[in-house]
Amino acid sequence: MSRKLLSVILVFTFLFAAFVPSALAQETGYGTILTRVLERGKVVCGIHTELLGFGYLDANGRNVGFDIDLCRAVAAAVLGDPEAIEPVPLTAADRGPALQTGEVDLITRNMTWTSKRDAEWGNFTWIVFYDGQGFLVRADEGIQTLQDMDGASVCVTTGTTTEKNLATSFADAGLTYEAVTFEETSAVYGAYEEGRCDVATSDKSQLAAVRAGFENPDDHVILDITISKEPLTPAVPSGDDQWFDIVKVVMWALINAEDYGVTSANVEEMKASEDATIRMLLGVEGDWGNVQLGLGADALANAIAAVGNYGEIYNRYFGEGGLAFVFPRGLNELWSNGGLIYAPPIK
Amino acid sequence: MSDASEILAPPSPPGFYEWLRKNLFSNWFNALLTIFSLVFLYLALVNVIRWMFFTADWRPVTGSPLLFLIGQYPRDQLWRPGLSLLICALLIGMSWGVWERYVKAFAIFLGILLGVLALIPLETPTITLVVRAVFLVCPFLIFGGFWVGRRSGVQGRHVTTLWLIAAIFILLVLLPGLSSIPALPVVPTTAWGGLLVTLLLAIGGIVLSFPIGVLLALGRRSSLPVVKLFSILFIEVVRGVPLVTILFMFSIILTLFMPAESRIDRILRALMAMVFFSAAYTAENVRGGLQAIPEGQVEAAKALGLSGLQITSFIVLPQALRLVIPNIVGQFISLFKDTTLVIIVGINDLLGIGNAVLNLQPDFVRLQMEVYLFITAIFWVFSYFMSYASLELEKALGVGER
Repeated sequence: MSRKLLSVILVFTFLFAAFVPSALAQETGYGTILTRVLERGKVVCGIHTELLGFGYLDANGRNVGFDIDLCRAVAAAVLGDPEAIEPVPLTAADRGPALQTGEVDLITRNMTWTSKRDAEWGNFTWIVFYDGQGFLVRADEGIQTLQDMDGASVCVTTGTTTEKNLATSFADAGLTYEAVTFEETSAVYGAYEEGRCDVATSDKSQLAAVRAGFENPDDHVILDITISKEPLTPAVPSGDDQWFDIVKVVMWALINAEDYGVTSANVEEMKASEDATIRMLLGVEGDWGNVQLGLGADALANAIAAVGNYGEIYNRYFGEGGLAFVFPRGLNELWSNGGLIYAPPIK
Repeated sequence: MSDASEILAPPSPPGFYEWLRKNLFSNWFNALLTIFSLVFLYLALVNVIRWMFFTADWRPVTGSPLLFLIGQYPRDQLWRPGLSLLICALLIGMSWGVWERYVKAFAIFLGILLGVLALIPLETPTITLVVRAVFLVCPFLIFGGFWVGRRSGVQGRHVTTLWLIAAIFILLVLLPGLSSIPALPVVPTTAWGGLLVTLLLAIGGIVLSFPIGVLLALGRRSSLPVVKLFSILFIEVVRGVPLVTILFMFSIILTLFMPAESRIDRILRALMAMVFFSAAYTAENVRGGLQAIPEGQVEAAKALGLSGLQITSFIVLPQALRLVIPNIVGQFISLFKDTTLVIIVGINDLLGIGNAVLNLQPDFVRLQMEVYLFITAIFWVFSYFMSYASLELEKALGVGER
């Protein structure tokens, strides 16, 4: 009996020795991420590889997309080379742990900023894309408002916030609908295309991507209604204010560059601009905080030269004739053009 | 009456119509069934062929074959997977020469496939002339290897050693690169993908989980309480948990405890999870075989004065493993297919690359049928050859005949 007890204790000791960590995860403190990035010579970005327009692959297996360009901008600013990135594909469930463990330096993966994620996962830097849940309908159905959809069948992915938003918005308006739910996003659009539901609902950018892939895109319209707020925001691990600021400033620089008409093509000549704000942005004059942030004065100029300003990045993927699909800028216009894209000044 | 007339001629083999009448139209119900099946078969075949050749849009598959093969492996370092393929082709040829029929079908199939890939007039800028040349050399290497392997001096253990050396060289040096060698810049495994990762996980999982499984099976029957209890605990805990959970545990929970700089590679983490999972099942399969060996075998061996280790490795295990070949191969095939689960931890295996290819451009998004069918075909081919090799092995060992 005692022999058996002893063996049980021994086995559990072994198991604990195997699983209990010898060293706990290292603390992320001020300046640690930049030090790691400089040592490694690469910025590790959590990204998507399967989301057309935002994070996807080209035929040569290169990571491309709106989100990837933001990661490249940070790499260009910090290391002077937009290719110095190490993209780590993350799934939706991976995003939180990847930030919490510091496995990635930065997440640029189509991630909605919410209060809970901000509290639990890490620091969200700056909103770079205003998305929202919308509806895709057939043009000949004559649906224009939420009221027109009373009693309609709606295709939606099950168990997501998308389904919750749908239920809330219909209930608030006192309307009914018949949900046709699927596990897989792709199945939702397949069913919609086959006519198994009147309406498909998801984030508008995704609806635009799907619509562009239909055989006759003009037969389908995305309604103007938006029933949720999806501010897509790059995020960094908690605990390193310096790195948090660096990523924020790079995002601001891209937005400011569009504001002031600085593009990847004219960044060199703009360095001689008469506008002191532009000369400050491009690092030829004064200090925009680069010393505290541990960056060179030309860091932001490098970022703009590498990937272009905010508008250039946007149009590269979502503009007319862009690489992915057309998605009108709408809320993602600059504040000066009636949109929401706004950044503090670089000075 | 002569004797000759009493010897009846053997019944002549039934003619075509006779055969039809007997087997397909023996009564009205069977006749109806036959006609119904024929009509169904005809319709199904016509529709499948029409879809495959006229409706289906194979551009996602034909447009980026390299993505499916190696994922995001940097295109300026293509010579490294290329060289790996050449080495493997040579060794597959040698294996064919040495082990004959187990590898024969696969080797010939692979040679023909690569030859076709090299010569097929696909309009894909991603497959350059050099890539085609590498594919074209492979069939010759396979055949050259076969010629070498057939020579009497070459034995199975030589080829096994070569495989081992090649695997270590390819997986630890050639593909990941070393920071100390400028000609081999480091390629992080996050850039690996496609069939490369699927095969790496499957073969790695099979090769590593088998010995662990055997040890666990022996451990579970051991008379040492600690060993026995550990084996039982390991097997029962792992078998009682879904693979997805183990994958998540290794890829997320484990990293929470590890310091940032000593982090285990993502693919290695997934491989460890697969090995854990598969070892527990293999152990139970092997234990089934161990239990089928009569006690008399062990007693006889003891009477001959063999040591415990000798009894296990020369008397018990060879007989036990022979009995459980079908189960073990079934387990391996299932492990091979389970590798697709790694997409949930963000590894772009064959299926993950398939999903990425669907997002290459907007009009690919609805071509899921084509991409998934292509991936299905690849999985089927590999699984079929595994099961074919096991059948040949059973035949050679006379399993089920004694």
